[in-house]
Amino acid sequence: MLRFWITTILLLSATLADAAGMGEADAWHLLARTGFAPTAAELSDYARLSHSAAVDQLLAQTVQQAITPVPAELAEYSPPPRFKDLSEEEKKQFQREQIQHGLQLRARWMQEMVATPSPLTEHMTLFWHNHFVSSIQKVKSPALMLAQNQLLRRDALGNFGDMLHAVAKDPAMIIYLDNLQNRKAQPNENFAREVMELFTLGIGNYTEQDVREAARAFTGWSLDRDTGAFLNRPFQHDNGIKTVLGQTGNFNGDDVLDILLQQPATAEWVTQKLWRDLISDHPDPAEIKRLAAIFRDQHYEIRPLLRAILLSDAFWAPQNRGNLVKSPVELLVGSVRQLNIHQLDPRILALTSRQLEQDLFAPPNVKGWPGGDSWINSTTLLNRKQFLDKLTRGADMPLPEQNMIQPPATPEQRLARLTQRGMNHIDYAPDNWIGNLAAQPQDQYRRAEHLLLAAAPSEPVAPGLPPADYVRTLLLDPVYQLK
Amino acid sequence: MLRRDFLKALGCVPLICAAPNLAIAASPTGEYRNLLILIEFKGGNDGLNMVIPYADDNYYALRPRIAIPRDQVVQLDERTGLHPALQPMLPLWQAGEVAVVQGVGYPDPNLSHFRAIEIWDTASASNEYLEQGWLSRTFAQFPPPQGFAAEGVSIGSADLGPLAGGARAIVLNNADQFAREAKLADDAPIQRSNAALAHILKVENDVQHAASHLDGHYAFKTEFPKTAFGNAIHTAAEVIANQSGVAVVRISMNGFDTHTNQQPTQARLLKEFAEGVVALKASLTELNRWDTSMLMTYSEFGRRPQDNAGNGTDHGTAAPHFIIGGMVKGGLYGKPPALQQLENSNLTYGVDFRSLYSTVHQKWWRLPASSIPGGHFTNLNIIRT
Repeated sequence: MLRFWITTILLLSATLADAAGMGEADAWHLLARTGFAPTAAELSDYARLSHSAAVDQLLAQTVQQAITPVPAELAEYSPPPRFKDLSEEEKKQFQREQIQHGLQLRARWMQEMVATPSPLTEHMTLFWHNHFVSSIQKVKSPALMLAQNQLLRRDALGNFGDMLHAVAKDPAMIIYLDNLQNRKAQPNENFAREVMELFTLGIGNYTEQDVREAARAFTGWSLDRDTGAFLNRPFQHDNGIKTVLGQTGNFNGDDVLDILLQQPATAEWVTQKLWRDLISDHPDPAEIKRLAAIFRDQHYEIRPLLRAILLSDAFWAPQNRGNLVKSPVELLVGSVRQLNIHQLDPRILALTSRQLEQDLFAPPNVKGWPGGDSWINSTTLLNRKQFLDKLTRGADMPLPEQNMIQPPATPEQRLARLTQRGMNHIDYAPDNWIGNLAAQPQDQYRRAEHLLLAAAPSEPVAPGLPPADYVRTLLLDPVYQLK
Repeated sequence: MLRRDFLKALGCVPLICAAPNLAIAASPTGEYRNLLILIEFKGGNDGLNMVIPYADDNYYALRPRIAIPRDQVVQLDERTGLHPALQPMLPLWQAGEVAVVQGVGYPDPNLSHFRAIEIWDTASASNEYLEQGWLSRTFAQFPPPQGFAAEGVSIGSADLGPLAGGARAIVLNNADQFAREAKLADDAPIQRSNAALAHILKVENDVQHAASHLDGHYAFKTEFPKTAFGNAIHTAAEVIANQSGVAVVRISMNGFDTHTNQQPTQARLLKEFAEGVVALKASLTELNRWDTSMLMTYSEFGRRPQDNAGNGTDHGTAAPHFIIGGMVKGGLYGKPPALQQLENSNLTYGVDFRSLYSTVHQKWWRLPASSIPGGHFTNLNIIRT
């Protein structure tokens, strides 16, 4: 009799839970994978929705523009100076400004990620930054990198084909992959190679001859150095007949991009990359084919593809929970959002992310950050933990120095720099934070664990810890590195 | 784990309760008693101005802006000399402990920093893509003793280079800082079901393992140069002084990508290098480890023989490298630069870099011949027997 009642109650509550929504564990998984680890409020909001309602809501709430204002000096393009004409002092001044603007650029994106109403928008903008890679190390101009970032955000959940055409004419990309040097008389194959290898088809789906022919089609796509705008130079364009992937004609760059978009390999390449980003390190070939077909049928619209991925069985499968390593950006922004530490200077986030080997706007090479398990080595792991430890101790963090080009030359300079530099005080109150999670202390602790960790901690937390120590213990647990 | 529990039972935490220094009491056994010290010149070192063919008129014709004047070259023989900043190393050369291997490279060279160093780190062919560092492959097949603090220690670079992809390796910049930070690492048993978690736990265990073995300081009489490389050598010497052993120490020096205004930069770096090597010999001699240590330099590529309009050099191909140690047979090896026979304006190679790796493998560690360095390559006869 007792068993009957227990079974009935369990069944009832399960049905109720279904009707009421997916529950907090599923909501955590969805939000952490599509944005950042959620706040308590986000978690309970989404827990009430069904899978499909939650996914639709995420997709409906995306934005095309950042809410963080752009400092005027950052948006203004200035042509590269002629170094030969500058004095030593002017050169140094120029370099100082470059470094300052580069840091502002990174900090602004960090700020946007912390403040955004649509974490999915930022997640996808970062995904495309790591797909259509350019680096400020080579492009030099913060204004052009900013413009590229705006392009990627605008199209982050739009149409992949449109984005590909826009990126190919994006000035930062023109510089990054040497299309400036791609002229009829002396073709440069860099862009043609990478657009096939990394942006569309993937290696093995084209020949060296395709690369050479495609490079000819992109000749003349250039840049007005004075304004920083895209410029098609017809006299440098090769008007001859080209053969690319079996098609022959007097192609220009747009024609070649359309040929690339016709290949089934392109949809599959992008889909498997999204699978690795959202589900696991091991794409399922049959599922990739199914999802890529949706992508192609929907004319490369990104939303229907994402919807299909996020509602796939694989996305929700138990073995694909907590099996991905948070990127440095996800770790930092997620921690700040979750613990509600909003007064942390975004420049500190940007520099910490660089220290953790994800320097925004400066991926290591055109392949982007390799990601996954490679985010974690002995140095980055200890640096991750050191940052989290400082954060939960409310330690003051030094603000970046105004002049980071030259190390201090004399002990006096070093001392002066140490005493003069500003400190960012972290006003983090764990008692208040944990106190707001629930009414009863035992519920508070349980809720903190479910909010902060993707799975049970790798070692049980000792009972009876004060709130600050409890939160710190959870943050230093290896499971906190996972999403 | 046992040692940790044992120390816990004694009531002290391994990282705080430093064990007495036992450097002399026990040294590592087996093939890996012989230590390899890799020095990476990051950015592509200009070999032609490091080991200089000063009797070749082509050298001066190709480098009107940056050639080292003949009267400043540290002469090794009637054709070949060293950059003057390497003067501090001359006594080691005279003691017959410096092998200069010229013309190190490989077929179909790649001139991208990224791809070229990947080729060197993984010991791959130019068109072959391997995931694992060559030392990780070696250690997977022939593991160093478990009792070693780590299989490899990397200093001065966040990446693991040839130790990437499996070796029990840690990145170390400052031994004290490492010991402090290592307290933040857990020492949990590895959970196999979740590969990402298993990876993090492996790194934590490697950190813990190394930290619990790298306790104590050795009071060196040697004075270490107060440069970035001098500090790295000091850290390396402290690791080596430790009783528990390590098979490889890799130190990376940055800043060799000298496209513009090369001379002062390279002179400073080579001076740091030479003074560091002298301190390394002195400290390892104190530890009685000089005869069981071998230093080898490497770099992703050499630089273009023709200097450029900015008083610098662009990416090139083959370059000379140093192999230095108490058991090294000093002298000139390999192929001197053939400046009159450039290919695409660059030098042709004479010694495949995998010959160096193979020599480490078979002659230094006495491991069986195998294809780990990426195939079979002729060993260099540079080690005394």
